[in-house]
Amino acid sequence: MTRAPITENDLHAYADGRLDATRRAEVESYLESSPETAERVAEYARQIVALRELVSPALAEPVPQRMVSAATRLQRTRVAVVAAGWMALGGMVGLLAGGIAGWNLHTGTQDLAASNTPAAIVRTAAIAHATYSPEVRHPVEVGADQEAHLVAWLSKRLGAPVRAPKLESVGLTLVGGRLLPGDKGLEGSPVPTAQFMYQTQKGNRVTLYVRTEVPDHGETAFRYAREGGVSVFYWVDRRFGYALSSSDMVRDELLKVANVVYRQLNP
Amino acid sequence: MNDAEHIVALIPRLRRYARALVGDRSGADDLVQDTLERAWIKLHLYRSGTDLRAWLFTVMHNVYVNQIRSARETVEFDETELDGMTARPQGDSLDVRDLERALRRLPHEQRQILLLVALEDMSYDEVARLLGVPIGTVMSRLSRAREKLRALMYALPQAAKLLVVK
Repeated sequence: MTRAPITENDLHAYADGRLDATRRAEVESYLESSPETAERVAEYARQIVALRELVSPALAEPVPQRMVSAATRLQRTRVAVVAAGWMALGGMVGLLAGGIAGWNLHTGTQDLAASNTPAAIVRTAAIAHATYSPEVRHPVEVGADQEAHLVAWLSKRLGAPVRAPKLESVGLTLVGGRLLPGDKGLEGSPVPTAQFMYQTQKGNRVTLYVRTEVPDHGETAFRYAREGGVSVFYWVDRRFGYALSSSDMVRDELLKVANVVYRQLNP
Repeated sequence: MNDAEHIVALIPRLRRYARALVGDRSGADDLVQDTLERAWIKLHLYRSGTDLRAWLFTVMHNVYVNQIRSARETVEFDETELDGMTARPQGDSLDVRDLERALRRLPHEQRQILLLVALEDMSYDEVARLLGVPIGTVMSRLSRAREKLRALMYALPQAAKLLVVK
């Protein structure tokens, strides 16, 4: 069978990961014979990564209150009855069911000073979950196939040993992980944070958010919160803050996972 | 997730895209804010259950086009500046500040497409529908954007040196 000639469009679709396996193989064999074009396509791929790196820190910034208000107004127009919790909170997202200490009405605005409070951790974790878990092609920076590298890299960047718990017993396999832009730590300087992503066989995703430099009050209790449609269990353990997020699991299912994670991290 | 929760969850993405599109932070946030306000006026056109992200990005696109119509971009990069520039060695990594400057020098029609594909992972079809242009136009603008960015990234350090010498 003769194959269709490789077009400029094919090269872009190749760089964007939009070709099927057959066509991808054809483009690859073409690129092998044409190093100059291969370098050009490699540059396109580097551009994509660089563009993402350039502006993705914006994803982790607290959303200004005026934007949340505008979005909330959209919903109020749409549905006559709005959940009382949503209205009462008026903050960043959704209602917070856990009665979490440290939450105030201004945490949704650009108040970075209190980013290591439980509410701020839950919010950041929920945003990171909502942002990355729907990604089809770039859900993680380092995949589970390079787990040793992933763990070493995140440990180095967080300045403390982190581990990716094994969650096969609750039907979750590791997809990989990524580094998230830092929030302020105890000293006020940014602390990098990490996200591990897991998924069920059906592709439903659960993320585990990890950060350091959280004030530890000697109490390790699971707290539950709902943020913008994301269920979050969070706990503090030896100055590490953990938040486990899911958009699909009911509370009890997620709690089961949280227990497994906690036991593994505290053998 | 209800629509409002979904919209709130999408705000960081709208802001990221706007930041890359507009360049400065406050201008970008104004664009997002205007988009959300505009969405409120246009809400009757949105059908619940359809792709909310595509709808919001379309609203944002229309707001953006109106903005630049009223404040027409004056700087369009002159292709001839690139002539005679020496290429950097292969495999040189992209410098973030260079990238930011190069991005600013793309015509906005090209910048939009480049960013929707790279940041939002949108398919070419989705981008074509969103911008209301034929897919052929999407592909040719994407191609020009990438080539121009490539040329700019190679040329910028050289251009900077020339300025110093002068």
